[in-house]
Amino acid sequence: MESLLMNILGAVTTFLLAFAVGMTYGGLRRKIVARVQNRYGPPFYQNFIDAFKLYSKSTAIHHGAMHFLGPAFIMVSSVVSLMFIPVLTNNQWFPNLNFQGDLIFLIYIMVFGPLGMALGAGQTGNPNSAIGVTRGLSQMVGFEIPWVMALIALMVQYKTTSITGLLDIQVQSGHWFMFENPFAFSAAILASLGMFRYSPFDIVGAPTELASGPMSENGGKFLFVMMSSGSVFAFVKLTLIVDLFMGGASNLIILVIKTFLLYMIPVTYGIVSPRYRTEQSITYFWGWPLFFGLIAIIYAVFF
Amino acid sequence: MYNDKNKQKIVDIIKNAARKHSLWVLAYGTGCGAIEVPATMTSRYDAERLGVRGAATPRQADVLLITGYLTVKTLKRVIRVYEQMQDPKYVIGFGSCTINGGMYFDSYNTINQLDLYLPVDVYISGCMPRPEAVLEGFGKLQELIGKGIANGAQQYKENLDFYRENQKKVIKNWDFQDYNW
Repeated sequence: MESLLMNILGAVTTFLLAFAVGMTYGGLRRKIVARVQNRYGPPFYQNFIDAFKLYSKSTAIHHGAMHFLGPAFIMVSSVVSLMFIPVLTNNQWFPNLNFQGDLIFLIYIMVFGPLGMALGAGQTGNPNSAIGVTRGLSQMVGFEIPWVMALIALMVQYKTTSITGLLDIQVQSGHWFMFENPFAFSAAILASLGMFRYSPFDIVGAPTELASGPMSENGGKFLFVMMSSGSVFAFVKLTLIVDLFMGGASNLIILVIKTFLLYMIPVTYGIVSPRYRTEQSITYFWGWPLFFGLIAIIYAVFF
Repeated sequence: MYNDKNKQKIVDIIKNAARKHSLWVLAYGTGCGAIEVPATMTSRYDAERLGVRGAATPRQADVLLITGYLTVKTLKRVIRVYEQMQDPKYVIGFGSCTINGGMYFDSYNTINQLDLYLPVDVYISGCMPRPEAVLEGFGKLQELIGKGIANGAQQYKENLDFYRENQKKVIKNWDFQDYNW
């Protein structure tokens, strides 16, 4: 009974940590973008203020049941994938559900959120939402292929489909997979550019073009749920790449350093790039990232 | 739970502190005033440092910024947009045209006084107001929100008959549904 309570407490702590880290990173990104544009920029805690304000707004919209369930689906997807990620290597405070094959399950559950969102956005009847969903699913076809190829290369190379298994191999051998299979790492990083949906890949929620796309009918508390699940999901993606390629982290300071350095890749790439069109975005992912993914699998099989 | 100072609930003080530092603006660009909004938002005057940023749709916005004159035809759309916004919501009338008609005071198809049709919280005078004046207006709105007296939306609900009567007086082809909040 006590261990059950400890696990529940640990899960809540993990969620709060992911929320706080994701929100702070988002705020730092806004600050960095502002500094690059020669502005002073909002304070780094601006995202927390925005989230609280959105939560305190009233909601008088009703578009049907799926409209309410859409944000819930993304939140469920974020939280479930968070529960499968080992936050630290020697896990005492942060419990995680792991079993043989959880990496394959994770590939599935990470797509579940955007699909639920697509259902919710479809019911609002807003044409901008429909275009945004179409673009989002097209882009997902683009970046999911190199992403899955990078993960398959790791699974083939080390004969395990468990995240903790892959993490243990790195901790025991002391070699990061980033250097053991650099092609898989390149493919995963390039695919993560699309997952973060920062410019140049912000074709889904392009504010000046689609009026923020799938969330154009969602205000107040809906937007709060989407914002917080997006923050949690950013933490999930960064921690997953750290676990799979960069040898995990033994304490929180190392985790923050590694994830922040990783996070700077999509952020800096985004600041200097204007927005792609949908077909440019897809052909981007079917170019070099796909090539790196193929090389990674060949490398994993033959070397 | 009230504090003595100005009869606000303590939870409202916290909420208002968050609201006043996070204003998402829907700039309804009528007339010439829209040209001042990009200057306010971008690097020189940088409204984002005060928490003011643009919102894409009425559902997400807190502040409706009406920049300039309103023709009768546009007024109908503005009312529609205002009623789509979620509480708490604020209106800023921007430029002389929203105050007394400005240079269009004797036009046959513009309204002269926005206050008769929508509850305006803050007016920014000028033709056109410079970005400094716009930031001053946002500062005034933040002050009012902090004190808890920027309750235009509340007034609109309470005096809906008054506003509807005025709106119907100028809008001839009235085909709105009856909302209930």
